[in-house]
Amino acid sequence: MADERGPVHSSLHPSVHVDGEVVATKRVGGYRHLTLTAPGVPERFRAGNFVAVTVAGHVARRALWVHRVRASSAFGPTLDVVVEARGSGTEWLAAQPVGARIAITGPLGRPFALPKDAVSCLLVGEGYAAAPLFPLAERLRERGCAVSLVVSARDEAHLLSALEARRSARSVTVLTADGSVGQRGTVADHVEDLVRRSDADVVYAAGPHSVLRSAAAAAERAGAWSQVAVETPTPCGTGLCHGCPLPVVGEDGVERVVRACAEGPVVRGDRIRWDALPDALGHAQ
Amino acid sequence: MSAHLPGPVMVAAGCGGTGRELEPYAGPDGLAGLDLVTRSITLDARPGGPGPRVVEVPGGLVNAVGLPNPGLEHFLATELPWLVRAGARVHVSIAGATMGEYADLARRLSRAPGVAGLEVNVGAPDEVGAGLFEVREPYHSASVIAAVRREFPTDRPVLAKLRPDVSRIVEGARSCHEAGATAIVVGNAVPAAFPDGRAGGLSGPAIAPVALRCVAEVHRALPDVPTIGCGGVHDLRSANAYLDAGASAVQVGTALLHDPTTVARLRAALSPRPDARPEETR
Ligand code: FES
Repeated sequence: MADERGPVHSSLHPSVHVDGEVVATKRVGGYRHLTLTAPGVPERFRAGNFVAVTVAGHVARRALWVHRVRASSAFGPTLDVVVEARGSGTEWLAAQPVGARIAITGPLGRPFALPKDAVSCLLVGEGYAAAPLFPLAERLRERGCAVSLVVSARDEAHLLSALEARRSARSVTVLTADGSVGQRGTVADHVEDLVRRSDADVVYAAGPHSVLRSAAAAAERAGAWSQVAVETPTPCGTGLCHGCPLPVVGEDGVERVVRACAEGPVVRGDRIRWDALPDALGHAQ
Repeated sequence: MSAHLPGPVMVAAGCGGTGRELEPYAGPDGLAGLDLVTRSITLDARPGGPGPRVVEVPGGLVNAVGLPNPGLEHFLATELPWLVRAGARVHVSIAGATMGEYADLARRLSRAPGVAGLEVNVGAPDEVGAGLFEVREPYHSASVIAAVRREFPTDRPVLAKLRPDVSRIVEGARSCHEAGATAIVVGNAVPAAFPDGRAGGLSGPAIAPVALRCVAEVHRALPDVPTIGCGGVHDLRSANAYLDAGASAVQVGTALLHDPTTVARLRAALSPRPDARPEETR
């Protein structure tokens, strides 16, 4: 997969800005799952892309991970997003009822690079940000890859769909920091061991920066590639404002700052200058 | 001076990405014929400031993006030719640390194919444009404009972009116009602070009444000086407020971050086609 490992050369694909509609909404643990129509977005979606929604009364937009895409349903193509209400914008979103119209832009950002061959893949995710790993797992399985999935969270209520994941993954490991379900501990505690046991050629990670960093480091030590989906505040999500700096080292070895929403959100784990990327980047939501 | 005036709808500096990111949302014609002001270009590449660079506040955004740009060389080699091919009318926003840098930028851009005009950034909130030539005094901005004007063909516009500073806007506009600016763009980010006290600039609907007041003052005092309104333009009503106050064009900035199709909708609504029904946009 040598020529597919690069994070920053999948071409920009056309995105659309459309009026979508909430066609289903349900609370799952600490999250709100919304099913949305967004004409043209599900059709163009690739695992790792995100969408940005315009929130009434707010200037900045809210970026959302796509958890699932259905090519057809009673409402036509739909996409599922997971919202954790953490501020007035996300609270507004989580409160939208069935039938609500929402302006949606997408799909945005560079998706996960997929291996050409049927290799062994470890997917590591934490909290709601693990969402993009689920469509990824399906793509990988279609390609014959052996998929091991790790879903982690601080407690059971913040665990994302471990059950559903069993459909696409060969093995699923559940980690909770408080030990309420699955194994006790964090990704950092277990990832080394998980990479070794899954004999991973590629490690994919989605979650807080600390999770991405430990997954990328474990991959590097094991001689595996890593692809991580970085979550950074993205005021526009479309690459227009340069408000989402992501410090990286380029293919040429030169340090630079790219836009997380346009040159990311998925980048090679070994390209990120983790020390220049505070874990506590204000997730203004 | 016979420079063609851009408008009536323009993309404001720093809010159109490199142009590529805007294209999917620019409407049926794409960027063709659109007056687009680039992000501010400096001689040397600037990485931009640390994060968080932009935070949301009621009615707007506070930013300290730090003019990230690839530097003039790279801009001329990549972004500019792309914009020209896409058919945009490219107005290059320039920012410099010295008067010589402004002159240098203007000279080299005057020879670059496809540059429709220049916009001279002489009103960034100080800390936001850290390391830029100090232009707080009107005679400073005027000397920058004069230096740029000397290097740039008179049949192409040089726009002076001033901060909406009610107490000094007329003075600033007058001196920039006398120094050769084709038009005055009123409305840069207003000096402000992030919630943690860090210095930044406020943009968006919150500054519209301030910028509108400035446009009205300039128009009243200097009716022959073309002004371009910028600040909180997001729909037909807010655009018309500036046009009614005497502006010859409006620039759309922050609204593009909220809805990237804003310029397309405003272009359609404000296009001079006689059959175009002005429809209220959002
Ligand atoms: S969020 Fe605006 S450029 Fe990335």
